[in-house]
Parts: sequence; C-alpha cells; structure tokens
Amino acid sequence: MDSTPPPPIRREAWEGCSVLLDINDGDRLAFFRLTPGATVKIGNKTCSLQPLVGRPFGSLFRLGADGLVPCAAGDATSRDHNTRDGADGQTQDETRDNRSLVDNNTAQNLSSDDIEAMKRDGATGDEIVEALIANSSTFGNKTVFSQEKYKLKKQKKYAPKVLLRRPSARSICETYFKKTPARIGFMRVDTLSLLLSMANIGAYSDVLVVDMVGGLVVGAVAERLGGTGYVCSTYLGSAPCSIDIIRMFNLSSDMVSRIVQAPLSDLCSMHSSGNTPSLLNGGAEGEMVEPAVVPDEDAQASVAQQVDTAVSDEKAQLSTDQPTDMEVSEPSLDEHPVQDENSSLDGKGSDGNLNASKSSKAGKAPSPEKMKYWKEHGFSSLIVAAPGHEVEHLVADLLPLLSYSAPFAIYHQYLDPLAKCMHSLQVSKMAIGLQLSEPWLREYQVLPSRTHPHMQMNAFGGYILSGIRIHNTDCMIANK
Amino acid sequence: MTMVPLDPSSKPTSQRLITEGDTVVVYERHDAMRAVAVRAGGVLQNRFGVFRHDDWIGRPFGSKVFGSCGGGGKAKAKAGGGGFVHLLAPTPELWTLVLSHRTQILYIADISLVVAYLELVPGCLVLESGTGSGSLTTSLARAVAPHGQVHTFDFHQQRAASAREDFEKNGLSSLITVNVRDVQGEGFPEEHCGAADAVFLDLPQPWLAIPSVGSMLKKDGVLCSFSPCIEQVQRACEAMKTSFTDIRTFEILLRTYEVRDVALKSVTSEEACVGPLPQKRRMLTSPGENTGCTQRSSSILVRPCSTAKGHTGYLTFARLCV
Repeated sequence: MDSTPPPPIRREAWEGCSVLLDINDGDRLAFFRLTPGATVKIGNKTCSLQPLVGRPFGSLFRLGADGLVPCAAGDATSRDHNTRDGADGQTQDETRDNRSLVDNNTAQNLSSDDIEAMKRDGATGDEIVEALIANSSTFGNKTVFSQEKYKLKKQKKYAPKVLLRRPSARSICETYFKKTPARIGFMRVDTLSLLLSMANIGAYSDVLVVDMVGGLVVGAVAERLGGTGYVCSTYLGSAPCSIDIIRMFNLSSDMVSRIVQAPLSDLCSMHSSGNTPSLLNGGAEGEMVEPAVVPDEDAQASVAQQVDTAVSDEKAQLSTDQPTDMEVSEPSLDEHPVQDENSSLDGKGSDGNLNASKSSKAGKAPSPEKMKYWKEHGFSSLIVAAPGHEVEHLVADLLPLLSYSAPFAIYHQYLDPLAKCMHSLQVSKMAIGLQLSEPWLREYQVLPSRTHPHMQMNAFGGYILSGIRIHNTDCMIANK
Repeated sequence: MTMVPLDPSSKPTSQRLITEGDTVVVYERHDAMRAVAVRAGGVLQNRFGVFRHDDWIGRPFGSKVFGSCGGGGKAKAKAGGGGFVHLLAPTPELWTLVLSHRTQILYIADISLVVAYLELVPGCLVLESGTGSGSLTTSLARAVAPHGQVHTFDFHQQRAASAREDFEKNGLSSLITVNVRDVQGEGFPEEHCGAADAVFLDLPQPWLAIPSVGSMLKKDGVLCSFSPCIEQVQRACEAMKTSFTDIRTFEILLRTYEVRDVALKSVTSEEACVGPLPQKRRMLTSPGENTGCTQRSSSILVRPCSTAKGHTGYLTFARLCV
C-alpha cells in the first residue's frame, strides 16, 4: 500500500454516527443517530445513548440504575443463547418431558408486588430472574431447553439487553427486510448482494442506478465504491425518489460526494444516438411518472404486515426471539424504523464534519464534465430496482447509456415484468448472457444432535434479471 | 487492462478498445465461454469458425465478431454463412464461469453472500484458506480494491502456483498475495494478528483453524466457513462458541427461469375439445373469444429451468466477540 488511507471501517461508535440497536436479541431493531440528546425507550425507561459513544460495535449493554451500562466481557457470548445451551444440553440424556406440567397459573410463588419490592431495593434484572427461577415450582421439571426458554423470557422482561450494531449494507437490508419489507420492495439481503455482484460493482465503477427502494441500493453501491467512481441515481419525471436510507449508512463525506442524481431525461438527451427514449415521448410516460405506485404501496404495506407476522411466529417457535415490533403497519411507514427525531436530519447543531451534514449533500446533479464523460464512455454498470414499475421500456432506455460489455442487474418483486423485459432484450439483441434468477436462502439451527433448517423461512426475496450489454451490430455497420 | 480497475483509467469503457495482451472472454453461448489472451497473429478455432485475433484488436469490448470458414459445420450453417462470438471484458463473474477447475469452486450465489456478509469494502484486509481455483479470491479482490489486500493460503504448492499465475494474468497481483501454508496445521501467520477485517475458510477441517482466526480478526470482524457437509458445520460451530458470537449458518441456491414466447393452443380449437376437462373450461371463456379464433396470440411465459444445483455448501458466519 503506497498511500496510507484511513481504516476502511470505523469499529467504534462516535458522536453523530448512525447506529443500529438490537434490543433483546432481535425483538426490536432501530436506527439511531448518536447526537448528544439522543435517547432510546426501553420498557418504561428512557435512556440516553451517550454511553454508546466510543464503544466498539458489537458491544452489549444492560439497563443499569442510571441508564445503559456496558456488559462485562464475559456476557458478550451469553447473547447466543441457542448455541450456548447446547454443550450441557446434549450431553445429558434428556428424560424429562412436559407430562406433569399443569397450566393453572400457580407455578410462580413470587408476586408482582414482591418483584416491585426487589426493584425498589436495587436488585439487578439478573437477580430478579434468578429469584423467579428459584420460586418457580415447575422449573426443575422442565427440559433443559424449556428451562433455557423460560430464563430467556424472564431475562427479556427484567434484564433487557441492547446490542450495538454497526450499520452496513448487510445489517441495514436485514433490518428493513424484517421490519418494513415493503419500503425496500421486498429485497432480501442475498438478493441485494447478488445485484451488486452481477453488476460488477467495485472501486472506480460508474454505476447507473434506478433506486425506488428508498436508497438501499444507492447506499449499498456507495459503500462498495469506497469513495471512488460514481453512483448516478436516475429517476423518472421531475422529482427524484427518496433515497433517505443512505443516511443509515455511515458514509464518509468522500463516499457521499460520489452520489449524484440526474433525471433520466437529461441522461437520455445527452446520449447522441438520436433515438428518442421510449419513455419520454408520450405513451408510457403518464403511466410511469404518475404516482400510480402509491396505492400499490398501500397494498404492499398490508402484505408486509403478513410477512412480519410470519416472522414473529417463527421467532416464537424458536424461543430465542419475541415478535418483532409491528411498526410496519403504522402510517408513517417511511421514517418509522429510524428514530432519529432527536437529531436534525441535516446535522445542524452538531459537529460540522459529521456524516449527517454530508448526507444532505448526497444527490447533487453531476457536473457537465461528468455528463460528457458518461456520454462518451458509458456507465460501467446498471442496477434497476423499481419494484412497482414496468421495466421493459425503462431498461430499453437505460441500456444505451452503458458502455459496451457492461453488466446489468434488474430487480423486481414480480416475475412477469422481468420475463417481458428479458424477452424484449432477446429479440432486440441489445444484451447477451441473460439470466432470470431467484435466490433461495435457508438458515439452519446448528446444535449438537439438534441440527435442522429453521422451521420458518422467508420464501421470497425478489427476482433478478441479469445480462451484459453488447455492441450493437447495427451501430457497428453504421460506424464503418 | 486489469479485471479489477486499480485506477480510474483502467476500467473498460466504450472508448476502451481491445488491444494486444488483453484477456477477453469469448462468449459463444451462456454455457460456452472461454478466456482468451489476445495476441497479434493469434487464432481461435471453435465450432463457429476460425477467428483471427487481429480482427479483434481495435474493436470495443462487447463486439460481435464473425469467423471465417474452416470451422465446424452445423452451427455455422445455422448462423447463415459465418458463425459469430461476442468478445467481453472479463469480470469476476465471467471468470468464475471460464476458469480452469483445479478444485471444486464457489459460484456466484455463495460468493455474493460471502462478500456481503463479510462486510467487505474497499481497503479491507481479508484472509482466505484455501485458495483452490481462485474463484472466490477474485471477487474478494474486487471488493477490497484498490487499497485493500487479500492474503490467500493453500497447502498445495502446485495449486498455489497456478492461482498466482491466474491472478497475475488478470492484473490482480497487487491485490492478492498467494501463500503456500497448511492453515489447518499452522494457523494463519502471526504478521496478520489483529489486522484482518474478515476471514474466509474453505477447509476440510475448519475447526482446526478457528482458534487462529480468532487471533487474526479485528474485534467484531466476521468469519465465514464454507463446508459441503453438515458434520463439518457442526464441529466448526462448536469451535466458534468460545470466542465468536452471532453464529449463523445458511444455504443459498439460485433458481433460474426460462422465458419463452409461446402460443398455447386454445381449448376452443376442434382437436382440443375432447374429454371432459376442456369442455368444462370452455364454459368459462366468453362467447366473443370463441368465435372463429382457434389460435391465441402468443404470450411470454416463464418456468423454472429443470436443471439446477441442489447443494453447494453451508455457509457459517460468525463475529469475533468484542
């Protein structure tokens, strides 16, 4: 390494950064910005987030008398309950079962008044959990797994844990997919990963992006560019789509400066081919530009809720998790997973060089020089994520903006639009290596003698049409 | 030209023309491609004809080039006189499809998930063992370029040498260091202690290397272990418990679809109207559609391709405890 670039990843939370808090092992997932006044509400307690500043990502916190307190190093592993229990669990032959359990609500000898009294006397959450176990008449009869489950349930209530996670394309996509999948067009993290690979995203790429998934793709691409190349986010009509999700990434100012926005009409008119873009001269235009996607969005929201319910069912069965927050059904779908109302969105009032202030500068218009360069050289990749749109004509307009041999990846939540698009590309011979695919992702529980796929899996994470733009024979003949 | 650009000027654009020394991916069909080093006077012969490299030089990547006679017969006839191929700029994805298999390799679905879950970004330092045929290594290099580093280890001298040669040819030498080392026996070298952002293991007994991984990774850094068999996964997970957290095991497969423009026979056509089922269906069609029209216009139909990979391997990810 000739130069000494800054470390690619900051591994401690800093004042003003974006953080992902995982409360009680996935029960609640929310993004926060570590401004001086930022707080999180856990149970009925409002805690300042200041104790997180300077702590390494991956740190675990518990609720102390005065707010969040870092857990001792040994506790860190204890958050993997499902893997931890295995060692003792499997070695002893399990002979206990639930034959003698009677659900008559008399098993617990500790009353809620007793617990309140313990709290007043300054007992820690863990002590209360121990007391509950000691006073449970049925605990000893439970199986080891069932005992663990009981303990976890009580821990979540009386000794909540907060895990400080680093926002990255992976964790951001997972969080939105779990909480508000409609917001990101039901794009699962493995699908997003495939889009980035199939479109050959890497340093110095000039990536053309249509992002109607809230900025998830723009952010993920910017992360992969690492402050080199460009991500040019293009849009239909006159107003760009929201790319707010990029604020969840801790993009440096260098990286943010590489995000530009330009209307598709500008990009197409810069293209000298003389072909009038099919989308921009009547016909499909009204259909495309109208916010016809809004009712669609509503429909998706209700679907999203179902999906989330399914997720919470899974969690209940697996015993490691409780249902996720159901904030997805609430009206302000857009901003909900992000509770940064304490910080002004453009970073006013906080340190000037914070990412927050830079984020507001994302999406400037590209310079005329850049436009000229792209006109002559073409973009090196294309990713389209317009899950509420017909894409056949859109892609027909976008492909000529790519350099020859540039790969592209088109995302959709439905198969049909991609099939039509693929067919028309086959006919027009604008591209080769066309592949319509769908990733399938299954997670496993791995425990001694108890290894199997998770009982519930997400069955759908979106479809991808990928291919490579080629040098059109017609053009070649014309050139010669 | 390099497969992974190391500076803004080295990426393929529409202005970048094929020159001598370039590696091009010759695309015959989606399942028939090969990497060819372009040299003056060079000739490629395949079932589509005879192709002179000299005809390629000076053309943009992505060009369609025609072969002259002398090649194999039937495909050429089909193509109407001379067969053709496309000349593509190499990418890690294409490389995975054309590289010579010295070992079982990782394919795009696993590769993309590994890169995303390892949270690789430009500038990262990543360790890999074994190197194998270098399929994943190439994608790791793209993810950490231009200033990051991939240190890859294989205990097989010959394989390491071949991989090194490939990386050299693809212009990746400044990003990838190939080492001969038995990581299962010796662990990773001390010099990377506490310096790795991510580690990838594809070893027959990954659990032997996991203690070493623990000392290589930065806090909160991610480990991935790829194993085809569940027994390997189980032992690896056991070994991870002491110093790793967030241990998750996945299996990822890619289902592909074929798209056809098909004219399905209408149930109203004479010959279709036999048996009880079509009759029943006919009642559902509106009378207007029935009259005179026995052939429906074609439509775009999709179905999954019938052959697919059923299993590649299990991917286990874990984070080093803070």
